[in-house]
Amino acid sequence: MEDMINIKNLQKSFGENKVLKGITTDIKKGEVIAIIGPSGCGKSTFLRCLNLLEQPTGGEIDFEGVNITDPKTNINEHRMKMGMVFQHFNLFPHLTILGNITLAPVLLKKATKEEAEKKAKELLDRVGLLDRADAYPSQLSGGQKQRIAIVRALAMNPDVMLFDEPTSALDPEMVGEVLDVMKSLAKEGMTMVVVTHEMGFAREVASRVLFIDDGVIVEDAPPKEFFSNPKNERLKSFLAKIL
Amino acid sequence: MNGLTQWFNEFGETFYKCFIRENRYQLLLDGIGVTLKVSLLAVFIGIIIGLLIALCNLSKNKFLRGIGKVYTDVIRGTPSVTQLMIIYFVIFATVNWEKWIIAAIAFGINSGAYVSEIIRAGILSIDKGQTEAGRSLGLNGYQTMIRIVIPQAVKNIFPALCNEFIVLIKETAIVGYVGLVDIQKAGDFIKSSTFIAFMPLIGTAIIYFIIIKALTIGLGFIEKALRKSENR
Repeated sequence: MEDMINIKNLQKSFGENKVLKGITTDIKKGEVIAIIGPSGCGKSTFLRCLNLLEQPTGGEIDFEGVNITDPKTNINEHRMKMGMVFQHFNLFPHLTILGNITLAPVLLKKATKEEAEKKAKELLDRVGLLDRADAYPSQLSGGQKQRIAIVRALAMNPDVMLFDEPTSALDPEMVGEVLDVMKSLAKEGMTMVVVTHEMGFAREVASRVLFIDDGVIVEDAPPKEFFSNPKNERLKSFLAKIL
Repeated sequence: MNGLTQWFNEFGETFYKCFIRENRYQLLLDGIGVTLKVSLLAVFIGIIIGLLIALCNLSKNKFLRGIGKVYTDVIRGTPSVTQLMIIYFVIFATVNWEKWIIAAIAFGINSGAYVSEIIRAGILSIDKGQTEAGRSLGLNGYQTMIRIVIPQAVKNIFPALCNEFIVLIKETAIVGYVGLVDIQKAGDFIKSSTFIAFMPLIGTAIIYFIIIKALTIGLGFIEKALRKSENR
């Protein structure tokens, strides 16, 4: 399968603090990558570098053949094709659900208002929230908010979806409803990069699992091998603690 | 009893002298018009300048930040009467615009410095995740600011902005210095032509009070409407 994202020796420092110390990997179209690691290891920073929410301090990221770390690249055009879902949802509280979903497609002229609303309603129906189209974010539960956040990203027809710990801020009983939406996306062949603590999700849905520790990828394997036969010592002790 | 009747008679007479005779109420009515005209235009100019200066202050560009800082420093560091007179008699000395427009520009420039600080604080109060969500969808920095951050900031800063407008209305009571007859100056005229101080000055105070009270009530309704997306 063709490559979607090529990451070459990606580095990121915050002042003196080196968070990413050279990450190299390729993400192919249709892959579902789960990224796990201890807190503070740089996994969220890595994800946020992929759409330049964090500006890398070294290395290169090619997205669909374009070097997006080049300052001359118009990153906004590429971000439209990279949906992102945040730990804390970040829905726009001043807009209705429909407003949240249609803002970007209409503003960026990806669709007319009517087209965008039609699409938004289809997507809402898919995640079972069509009846909340006119509600405001503050009226929804955490799980509902996160499903809306996924729909908001999908409304731009992205080629890849980035998930930054999408279930970490949720009450336990709401985790399932969000993971179900993500699973169905994976089944449809969406390319996904998911930073997560949900080992069950990684095992069941991911095509590859990356373990990041201290700013580098120390294990990169299909989930079966990753969980049953870990090679790296730190991964072994990490898995021993959480499984 | 007799004393009370006499007092009422005297009050009525003074009232007549101050507000009715020689159509003096007309002076006050015109003054109200001037105060409102100057205030409204100044508020409008103040918001525009305030927003621009706030964006300068928040900019990554050093030069723009410098402009913002100098502007706020100079305006906050000098009395508004001085600013008004400099703008009227120096900067606009050769410009043949209507007086009230020049005065409104002066007050707008003054108010802009204070409004910019209010707006800056309001923008900073919005969670960074909102900007990130906007940018991650492909919106540019400007679109994110206009469509996502500022609409939310407006709600947070609305009470502080209202306060600034109330201060501004009262501040316009110095336009007499450049020859405009607003409420304050009208009251002053009545005082000097009737040699009565109490009635015209208290009258002036009451008129300002009523205007501001009405404004406060009106703005309270708007604030409630703005908060509607939160309170469900």
